[in-house]
Amino acid sequence: MDGIGIQRGKLAFVLLVFLGLAAWPAVAGNYGVDLVGKIMISSIFALSLELLVGTTGLVCFGQAAFFGIGAYAAALLMSQSGSSSLWWLLPACVVCAGLYALAVGALSLRTRGVYFIMVTLAFAQMAYYVVHDTPLGGGTDGIYLPGKPGLGTWLDLDKPLAFYGFTYVCLLAVFGFLALLLRSSFGRALAGVRVNEQRMRATGFSTFPYKLASFTISGAIAGLAGFLFAVKDGVVNPELMSWHQSGAVLIMIILGGLGHLRGALIGAFALALLEEFFKSEAVFGAFAKHWHLGLGFTIILSAAMLPRGLVGIPALWRERLEGRARALDAKSSSKEGIREAVV
Amino acid sequence: MKPSSEVLLRCRRITRRWGGIVAVNNVSLEFVRGSVHAVIGTNGAGKSTLINILSGEYPPSSGEVELLGHDVTGWTQPRRARAGLGRSYQRNTIYPTFSVFENCRLAAQARHQRPWSWWRSSLANTRNNEEAKAAAARAGLGDLLTRTAGLLSHGQKRQLEIAMCLATAPQVLLLDEPLAGMGAEETERMLALLNELKEGHAMLLVEHDMDAVFRIADRITVMVNGAVIASDTPDQVRNNADVQAAYLGGH
Repeated sequence: MDGIGIQRGKLAFVLLVFLGLAAWPAVAGNYGVDLVGKIMISSIFALSLELLVGTTGLVCFGQAAFFGIGAYAAALLMSQSGSSSLWWLLPACVVCAGLYALAVGALSLRTRGVYFIMVTLAFAQMAYYVVHDTPLGGGTDGIYLPGKPGLGTWLDLDKPLAFYGFTYVCLLAVFGFLALLLRSSFGRALAGVRVNEQRMRATGFSTFPYKLASFTISGAIAGLAGFLFAVKDGVVNPELMSWHQSGAVLIMIILGGLGHLRGALIGAFALALLEEFFKSEAVFGAFAKHWHLGLGFTIILSAAMLPRGLVGIPALWRERLEGRARALDAKSSSKEGIREAVV
Repeated sequence: MKPSSEVLLRCRRITRRWGGIVAVNNVSLEFVRGSVHAVIGTNGAGKSTLINILSGEYPPSSGEVELLGHDVTGWTQPRRARAGLGRSYQRNTIYPTFSVFENCRLAAQARHQRPWSWWRSSLANTRNNEEAKAAAARAGLGDLLTRTAGLLSHGQKRQLEIAMCLATAPQVLLLDEPLAGMGAEETERMLALLNELKEGHAMLLVEHDMDAVFRIADRITVMVNGAVIASDTPDQVRNNADVQAAYLGGH
């Protein structure tokens, strides 16, 4: 397949995914709608990290902090009557997460490599202990949201279908925003920073503001995911900010395939569905309570066998087919060669 | 003032210490538009440190750098680059996964970055596209625009390094061993290119290929242990007794 064909294939895949997600509530029951709604939130979260890791080349191990801040902001900023308008609550939560990301980025982006990973983790743990150990965050139990935000009579996020639709629109908006961003001058500069930051500086790019902008946007998007998560569950707790969350979202984008937006989508779905699968007692019976084992083993296996992630499977198949075709060619031509030699 | 004697880059009494080691010792040089100024010396003589200080990779311990009449000693590397200083590296620093065109386009983008118009495709900026194509063509890569940079031959990668420099429309070119690892034919092509670029640019050339240096340079500075022991025309340098003793070995 030529390059344009591959591009079209990717576009068709993304369109199909979004069409499928739009049609899903028509065929699925309550459980299915709830599950896919949750996965779409994870997808937004994974997309936020993809911008940092896959595009800018910054491995952040504290992404859960921004997710959690978005969620806690929803719980803390909502009026006690529980009838806050989405108009201001959603942007406020996103801005809170973005501001924390701006502060963390301003400090942590001065470090590199493994130090950057450690510093982002440290800032996330700081946020974790703030909500865990101070009266502000309600301790281990967390905080219940007094209600669900809405838009007057227009949109009531208490209804599962309305929430699904709203999450879908958010995911579509984030995906579209990032797709535009990555092909813009800004996105190309981020890609340059990932490949060779030194050269970017020598060419005339002050790379720090670019990295900080990327970090802040990423934190804000993670905050949006956190907001949706809080509204969906109606409760927030410190676990949202734990390093397990930061790890899980990293696994999603690695499993899906770094460097591709659709990799984040695929990874979020794959991880959640694998978890559902290994937790299913219908399949595994009593062993289902050891689901971590099966999930972990699968992730190790996929990391070993799919270095480019799930996104890389079509290319792997193409290469294998082409390789086989070449091998066949070589075989037949060598046979001909022998025949000629014999004749 | 004649345009040929226009000093574009100048350093005064540059010294750089790394702990107890003096990598560059009290070096003052001038780089003039329309001429190639080669800096030669054995490994460890301080040539790369000098380039790094001139381009702003790190500051000198003491001394000043002046670019196009401005004191740029306190300027960051990106700011100097935008002001007209282009450099290539000794090792290839191209973006291997990008196409030749994208390598050049990204370099051209550095001068008009527009990061805020996030919804517009980077390819919508036709000025950048034209500059990138022109730079690639000038460096002899006009037919290879769509080739993935990592798949180029070694010589072509070195040409791409130069093309990326040119795409930023520099006035001063600092070239760190552009001929390293090249075959005879590739060397000839690169020398022809450098000769062409002489016009309009001030060029600093760090190079180990002495035949090439003496063919192309208008002025040669010889460094030993961080200090300049001679800075003169090629003929004068060739006949300089100190240089012969220290470096050329009766070349």
